[in-house]
Amino acid sequence: MHLRRGRAVNGYSASSEMLVEVRGLRKHFDLRKGLARLVSGQEGHVVKAVHDVDISVRRGETVGLIGESGCGKTTLGRTILRLQEPTAGSIFFDGQDITRLNDAALKPLRRRMQIIFQDPYASLNPRRTVEEIVGLPLRLHENRSSEATRERVKVLLERVGLRASHIGRYPHQFSGGQRQRIGIARALIVNPEFVVCDEPVSALDVSIQAQIIELLDNLKRELELTYLFISHDLSVIGYVADRIVVMYLGEIVETGTRDQVLDNPCHPYTQSLLSAVPQLDPQSRQARIQLKGDLPSPMRPPSGCKFHSRCPKAMKICSHVKPRIYSVSAGHQAACHLYEESTR
Amino acid sequence: MTSAPGLPATSAESDRSILADNLREFRENSLAVAAAGVVAVFALLAAFAPWIAPHDPYETDLFRRLLPPAWEQGGDWAFLLGCDALGRDVLSRLIFGSRVSIAVGLAVILIATTIGTLAGLAAGYLRGIPDAIISRLCDILLGFPYLIFAIGLIAMTGPGFQNIILALAYKEWVLPCRVVRGETLAAREMEYIEAARALGASRLHVMLREILPNILSPVIVVATFRMAHIIIVEASLSFLGIGIQPPVASWGSMVSDGREFLLDAWWVSTFPGVAILLLVLAINVASQGLRDAFDPRLQR
Repeated sequence: MHLRRGRAVNGYSASSEMLVEVRGLRKHFDLRKGLARLVSGQEGHVVKAVHDVDISVRRGETVGLIGESGCGKTTLGRTILRLQEPTAGSIFFDGQDITRLNDAALKPLRRRMQIIFQDPYASLNPRRTVEEIVGLPLRLHENRSSEATRERVKVLLERVGLRASHIGRYPHQFSGGQRQRIGIARALIVNPEFVVCDEPVSALDVSIQAQIIELLDNLKRELELTYLFISHDLSVIGYVADRIVVMYLGEIVETGTRDQVLDNPCHPYTQSLLSAVPQLDPQSRQARIQLKGDLPSPMRPPSGCKFHSRCPKAMKICSHVKPRIYSVSAGHQAACHLYEESTR
Repeated sequence: MTSAPGLPATSAESDRSILADNLREFRENSLAVAAAGVVAVFALLAAFAPWIAPHDPYETDLFRRLLPPAWEQGGDWAFLLGCDALGRDVLSRLIFGSRVSIAVGLAVILIATTIGTLAGLAAGYLRGIPDAIISRLCDILLGFPYLIFAIGLIAMTGPGFQNIILALAYKEWVLPCRVVRGETLAAREMEYIEAARALGASRLHVMLREILPNILSPVIVVATFRMAHIIIVEASLSFLGIGIQPPVASWGSMVSDGREFLLDAWWVSTFPGVAILLLVLAINVASQGLRDAFDPRLQR
């Protein structure tokens, strides 16, 4: 697959409006039960799935969030949508602080921010028809007649590449790619502004992946959507994203525009991710950076820089001092001690 | 799964729900269908007892005392299954007795399943304090010996139709509750639940409209096989004389009535005993068939 598409980066300029802004977000899972919370210490019992994450998404852009499985990218996406309660930090949607809003206050916002799920089999209720699944948001948010709802569902089905006659069917009668289209129709029927695409293609065959990515890309332009696109697949992210955010063990290690991150990866982790992508051109083939060992347990992350235990460029300082986020160039940042002098 | 994954569903394929598939599966199980037929016959007998029964079940006639079944020596074809010690027609009492068994069984199961399902949904979906309270309550109730506590309860409140239902339902809801709680715990982690929440669905909507339809099949299976159990317990209580009170005909008390004459007039106890056996067996076989039809692991 190609790492990037032909068209120029649009939607990226320093002045464009922030739609989603996240500051110092933490999501910790406490594995201690009941009284154990009072007795035993936090050490080794709390998973810091998301730890002090800052991320912002401008209106109209696609931010690609990439990282290994288990690095907290899905948790981050769901916490931003308030599907999980944040432990600390703040989330702003279109300028409004939504960090502590209750369900009732969130409801009107729900139609403005939506999610497309990874697993097209688990994300559709097997006992409901397509009409009920795709029409559910309308029934929850609008007082339409069932006739009007059905018409709108039909329009959406056709828009995502299904047939209007599929309306009475059940999810088990569709293939994986078709199910993902149903999930997309459900997310888009209320005209959201912001959509979290949580690994929307990683459960699909490669041939179908391309179709779904194409569909998401077209819908984005037509409906002026803003995506937070989560994936572990660099070729997918390179194709869809305007900006790329790289996560490792619950923290952001590098952010930048797509070209900055792909052409000039700064963090050793990003470099190793990129070196793993197969290159067609033998001239440009670089030595593959092989990481040592597995992803450390998020319950007992390494001290200092969390990546130092696997980092090929680890220095003495890395094991005990946590790196700040350093600016490499305009809009391009990396959390690595290698870039310390560049800010001085 | 009816269509192979990866292949588009053809337009010729009819729109089928999982439930419709399950029912078709059930219909192919001829033993279960026969059992369901037996249950249906009993239900019809109960519903139309006054029109079906050949005689008044309460009419006594000492000249017919312990009249043997029609095919025995001295029998009368007007009283097919003979008469009891008070000269009442056994067949008519049997038909009327089915009303008690089925009414008590249905009422107890309806109450217990409704309470148990709602409590289980709340415990499994809300977790936390509601779960702790409901689950501990279940544990406590499970510690009570069933029959002894029911007897004690009836001794306190006095026998009667409502009291028997209460005495049987007070802990019967624990079983559906535990089943529903477990199924809900599994279902709440599914992405379609998160999808509904992301769309702004309320907790009540998620519990009743998204989770409930997916956990209904185990609930139905539990309800049917526990109904067979309730029918036996009701018959036991009536046999002990603390269930349905005379002169109302119930199978348990009929067995008890004939106990003293078992050697001379076997038919008084035997026919109601056979009726209990037949109904309970039929319900259990039908329930097993439902379980097989609903079990996704057995599906093709």
